[in-house]
Amino acid sequence: MSDTDSASPTSQPPPKSEPPREFLVGSAPHMALGRSTPSVMFDVVLAMVPLLIAAIVLYRGWAVILTITTVAACLLTEAIFNACRKQSQSSLLDGSAIVTGMILAFSLPPKLPLYMAVIGGVVAIGLGKAVFGGLGQNLFNPAMVGRAFLMACFPVAMTTWAQPGDLATVGSVDAVTKATPLAAAKFGSDVVPITKDLFLGNVSGSLGEASALACLIGGIYLLLRGTANWRAPLGMLVAVVLFAGIAHQLAPDRYQGVLFYLNSGALMFGMFFIVTDYVGAPLTPIGRLLFGFGAGILVMIIRLFGGYPEGVMYSVLIMNALTPLIERWTVPEPFGGKVAAA
Amino acid sequence: MMIKPIRDRLYGRKFFPRGVQPPCRKEFTEREPIGMLIPKQELKVPLIQHIGAVCDALVKPREEVSFGQKIADADAPISAPIHASVTGKTGMATVAALPNGLRVPTIPITPAAEQENVVPANFLQQYMDRNWDSVEPNSYEPEAICEAIREGGVVGLGGATFPTHFKLKRSPDRPVDTVVLNGCECEPYLTSDHRLMVEAPEPIVVGLQLAVRAIGAQRAIIAIEHNKPDAIEIMRKVVKDRPNIEVAVCATKYPMGGERQLIPAVLGRIVPSAPKGLPLDVGVVMVNVATAHSIARAVVRNQPLTHRVVTVTGRGVAQPGNWLVPIGTIFSELIEACGGVTDRALKVLAGGPMMGPTVPNLNVPVTKGVGGITVMIEEETVHWKESPCIRCAKCVDFCPLHLSPTKIAHAVKFRDYFLANKYDMNACCECGCCSYICPANIPLAQYIRAGKLQWRLIQAQGQKS
Repeated sequence: MSDTDSASPTSQPPPKSEPPREFLVGSAPHMALGRSTPSVMFDVVLAMVPLLIAAIVLYRGWAVILTITTVAACLLTEAIFNACRKQSQSSLLDGSAIVTGMILAFSLPPKLPLYMAVIGGVVAIGLGKAVFGGLGQNLFNPAMVGRAFLMACFPVAMTTWAQPGDLATVGSVDAVTKATPLAAAKFGSDVVPITKDLFLGNVSGSLGEASALACLIGGIYLLLRGTANWRAPLGMLVAVVLFAGIAHQLAPDRYQGVLFYLNSGALMFGMFFIVTDYVGAPLTPIGRLLFGFGAGILVMIIRLFGGYPEGVMYSVLIMNALTPLIERWTVPEPFGGKVAAA
Repeated sequence: MMIKPIRDRLYGRKFFPRGVQPPCRKEFTEREPIGMLIPKQELKVPLIQHIGAVCDALVKPREEVSFGQKIADADAPISAPIHASVTGKTGMATVAALPNGLRVPTIPITPAAEQENVVPANFLQQYMDRNWDSVEPNSYEPEAICEAIREGGVVGLGGATFPTHFKLKRSPDRPVDTVVLNGCECEPYLTSDHRLMVEAPEPIVVGLQLAVRAIGAQRAIIAIEHNKPDAIEIMRKVVKDRPNIEVAVCATKYPMGGERQLIPAVLGRIVPSAPKGLPLDVGVVMVNVATAHSIARAVVRNQPLTHRVVTVTGRGVAQPGNWLVPIGTIFSELIEACGGVTDRALKVLAGGPMMGPTVPNLNVPVTKGVGGITVMIEEETVHWKESPCIRCAKCVDFCPLHLSPTKIAHAVKFRDYFLANKYDMNACCECGCCSYICPANIPLAQYIRAGKLQWRLIQAQGQKS
């Protein structure tokens, strides 16, 4: 278009000089690490793979079936609650239901009837998480809520432990059951296994707790990746070592040594996968140490003086309830001191 | 994540706990020598380019101004005059948007038609002149130094733009013993300070000595991140026979160049929390390398602050480079000199990607505080797709000021500014580590920045009523 055209008012709309190019605006920062909630959850799943392998070695197909059942139940419940709450189904992809399902499966007896496992999964996601408002809103560890529910409803099935390597079907008369090492130590009903078996996993117990070694591998992976914070596990470790050490010193014939309590039951599993759960634990650094420490003390109180041989579940649930209080106590002081009142 | 602190400790690098390690991406421009830009288009010189009072114009519209002439000044103690950065003719006073979005009074200057007259001949050589051996910093009186700095319009060029003469004024109740020269340039992409240290280290050291002299300090520390080995080497060579100046090698970490991180790292002193606390409270003053360079030029050569080094970088720019730019040059002209923006350019930042504000278009002037222009394409930047907080506490673990960003951000989100303030919102330095690290992609720093703004408004209203 020529200059004369643009000068005359009667011609077509004057040719606009190229409008200045516009760019996206936004507040800094403009870079991110690029991790996402699904990638964090996937990391946890990956860390649980050694446990799954150990479980498969010990219980063969049962391990896979139980895990798939609980994960499927969790995902399905999540989908149903999403539909009820008219939310998008995108939360199925964030991986948190898968993690909850896996942790639940690993905390159940290996040959638990599958319908019970389904109930556990439904309660875990439904009552443990969705009713509070979904991801990040729950007060209690969902998997532990599901397990506590099962413990209350099916106390016998939840304390019937298959012996590793026994392939008989559930409920058949020849199924061999065996006391867990902690029960053996507590009630004197069976021979207490040696610590090496506990560490490698050749003892009866719930699916994921058998092999302390597998938990250690998964846990160290989580710590090195920075996915799990080291403070809560450290607090728990210190509490258990102190408590068990003192108890053993005072009454060596009644209580086992520190290594026994560290390697038996769900302690290693709980230390790396349950107390490190983000949502139910305090945000503050000191709070997380306290959280782990409290859980460790409670575990040992339940183990040594309570009615149950194992107490990771209840101790974590109790500490979850204390989390808001702990957080309030331990608000960190800014680097450079509290801001002077304006 | 666990290896790097151990390695820093082994090599004796100065570091601070927490903080993040974003990719440096300095390879675009770190080897590009500083070039000279002589503008042809109209410049926009804002009358406030610093923290403090707005200047009053000293020139009339359509007046001929010559290079270095003072065109605006204010009587307020916290302010700095502004000088014509080219020879040319002023236009009608107008209003222009600063890179941070503020709209301020501005004097346009049309550069003279003859290119050779716009800035003095050999200005680049003058600016980069390395022959400063004859200067004896202690022969200057402290008050004279401060006065010359004020007349030269020098402000903090690291981005804070606090008037330097006010910062370097001695105060009897808060004596200063150490001046820290900040050559960290921890912000990704930017290399203007780095190139200045490599190409003109002598004036920087002279400026540092003048600052030491003005404030009455005993020693100075030059802090440089270890990813600039050439700058470290050249600075060590320059300060070799100056016993009261040492070079401190710092870990490459963000935000290493923040005063609340760098001072603890090199001196072990903890600066009291913002907004009240200052490095002055622990006997330290921090000066950016570009500021030191300008101090030397203003005091020794009577050259006002008319130019600054700007890095133009990012994958959205055709030819990234470092340029010596007259203050007031429009972004578009500078970017044209770098081959223009590519079609995929998405965001233009005045500064680096961690703290730099975005500009909506390129019709924005380079001010004293702009050390770089980063043009980012889609893949380099991030869209904040916020998902629920999973309370992973990463922001708490990585906050260099030990705050609880998620608590503050969520209080701000629900407009509870008093709760946010209880969690020490106003101590936040807006470095952005929390947003960077958050796996749920929550724009935490952005929320906190908004909260601080609201808080200031609430305070202002409270004072009015």
